[in-house]
Amino acid sequence: MSSLIAQLITRKNESVIKAQLPPFVIHFFKTVTLPTIGILVFLLFWTVGANNIDTSLGKFPGPAQVMTQVGNLYNEHVESRAKESAFYERQDNRNQARLAKDPNYQVKTRTYTGRETFVDQIFTSLITVLSGFLVAAVIAIPLGIAIGLSKSLNTAVNPIIQIFKPVSPLAWLPLVTMVVSAVYTSTDPMFAKSFIVSMITVTLCCIWPMVINTSVGVASLNSDWVNVSKVLRLPALTHIQKIVLPASIPAIFTGMRLSLGIAWMVLIAAEMLAQNPGLGKFVWDEFQNGSSDSLSRIMTAVIVIGLIGFLLDRTMLQLQRVLSWDKTTEVR
Amino acid sequence: MSLTKNLLLDISKIDMVFPTPKGDFTALKEVDLKINKGEFISLIGHSGCGKSTVLNVVAGLYQATSGGVILNGKEVNQPGPERAVVFQNHSLLPWLTAYQNVELAVKQVFAKTKSPKEMQEWIEYNLKLVHMDHAMHKRPDEISGGMKQRVGIARALAMQPEVLLMDEPFGALDALTRAHMQDSLMEIQDELNNTVIMITHDVDEAVLLSDRIVMMNNGPAATIGEILGINLERPRSRLELAKDPIYNQYRSEVLTFLYEKQRKVESISKTKTETSSSATNVA
Repeated sequence: MSSLIAQLITRKNESVIKAQLPPFVIHFFKTVTLPTIGILVFLLFWTVGANNIDTSLGKFPGPAQVMTQVGNLYNEHVESRAKESAFYERQDNRNQARLAKDPNYQVKTRTYTGRETFVDQIFTSLITVLSGFLVAAVIAIPLGIAIGLSKSLNTAVNPIIQIFKPVSPLAWLPLVTMVVSAVYTSTDPMFAKSFIVSMITVTLCCIWPMVINTSVGVASLNSDWVNVSKVLRLPALTHIQKIVLPASIPAIFTGMRLSLGIAWMVLIAAEMLAQNPGLGKFVWDEFQNGSSDSLSRIMTAVIVIGLIGFLLDRTMLQLQRVLSWDKTTEVR
Repeated sequence: MSLTKNLLLDISKIDMVFPTPKGDFTALKEVDLKINKGEFISLIGHSGCGKSTVLNVVAGLYQATSGGVILNGKEVNQPGPERAVVFQNHSLLPWLTAYQNVELAVKQVFAKTKSPKEMQEWIEYNLKLVHMDHAMHKRPDEISGGMKQRVGIARALAMQPEVLLMDEPFGALDALTRAHMQDSLMEIQDELNNTVIMITHDVDEAVLLSDRIVMMNNGPAATIGEILGINLERPRSRLELAKDPIYNQYRSEVLTFLYEKQRKVESISKTKTETSSSATNVA
């Protein structure tokens, strides 16, 4: 068996193996068995490694501790939800009792202010990253098309893009925080300030890959298609709508996938630094908490963050498959 | 007199000079050609001689440095659907089906003169003309190279052009498909009698399809070397013509022009620089 695996991995004597095994077995082996082996080997290294690292908060968490924490975190979430509904039930009962006593009583409802659970933080982070990403896309794609179509605009704007592109979100964060505090001052805000800060930071960081990819896609438009458009005398708007936009869809999606990846990384860091609600805050809180469970809870968060990032990327890829005419996109 | 009466297109002494970092490059010098309505003209010459440049000037995609192109008494200075182009590599839009590719052209040209129903019939008629009605809802990546080129021709024909410009339309196809496409094109010509300017590298193709073959000198400063009128009965059949002495006479005249009078004598290294400059300037 081991020699068979070695042969499959090195792709030597592939024809010999094909002759021995039916094709569906080989397919199953390649798509299921190989990744499983990879994960098992990783878990083994992780367990061994974790057992050999001692920290002031105990041993480094291995897979078993993380599994326990997944259960704990979920249970905490369920408990918190139960407490919340109990709180509202009590409040309702109290208010109704008071109303029965005194019909003129002004009913006061207070919102539940329990600590956000891990699951809540996941959703906060997801909503923030998607809003920031969407705002960036709304700005970046039209801008990218304009830059791609006009060489002069490209020459004018390119230095600015190149300078802002490598800036870390953490450098923006204090500025964004101060500006939002100064500008966004409504007494009854629709969004929390922390949400706006995180979102703008995400937007600022993921706008650039989209602008660059869109503009490159538009600028490298097949000259034959441009000629077709010229021969047909398509008006400028029809030209953009019928030729430029569909032609650059693959490049736009490449930019969007890059951006979404960056957005997710940026968000976690921003939440950690700014103490804005989300997975980053969860990690930081656990670190500050410093209990014996902290490290395994952080490790759980790390894995969840990775899984969500992976799912976001796959979702984009599927969206691209559906929307793009270019079906040759590699799965990587 | 009848010649001037039917005059449709007058390519009048065009010069084409491209500015390059090393100074001006004269691609065309005094190219002068008058084309009558319904004529099928082939432009033949070695690579880099400026055939495509002539076509692009007629199409309006390039502006001649001096001289001009007059279509029906009006000067041409921008591209337009009355001079439809069949591009060498089909240049269909890959995100549209064959039908939609033709539709884009038809909607642009006939939006005011045809009803939606008439437009649909017209699109289907043109796709039928090139024998693509069976695959009209397929996208370019689902059909073969020859079929793509057919759709490209249908798109150009659907614009009902005054002149049909074809830039090596069958150059990228294999020999059998090419022969098949030439027969189709002759069949369409019998029916529509379009005015056509076609660029080709293929001597047989030129003799088989053309009324006149325009042979171009080598560049730089390329111009028309000789014009050969082809007086062969239509419809023409490639099998019968293969044995026809007159056909073979025409064929050898073109070959003589290309390989004796205009034989390329540059060394390989010079050809390399020439093709690279022609790639940026001419192509």
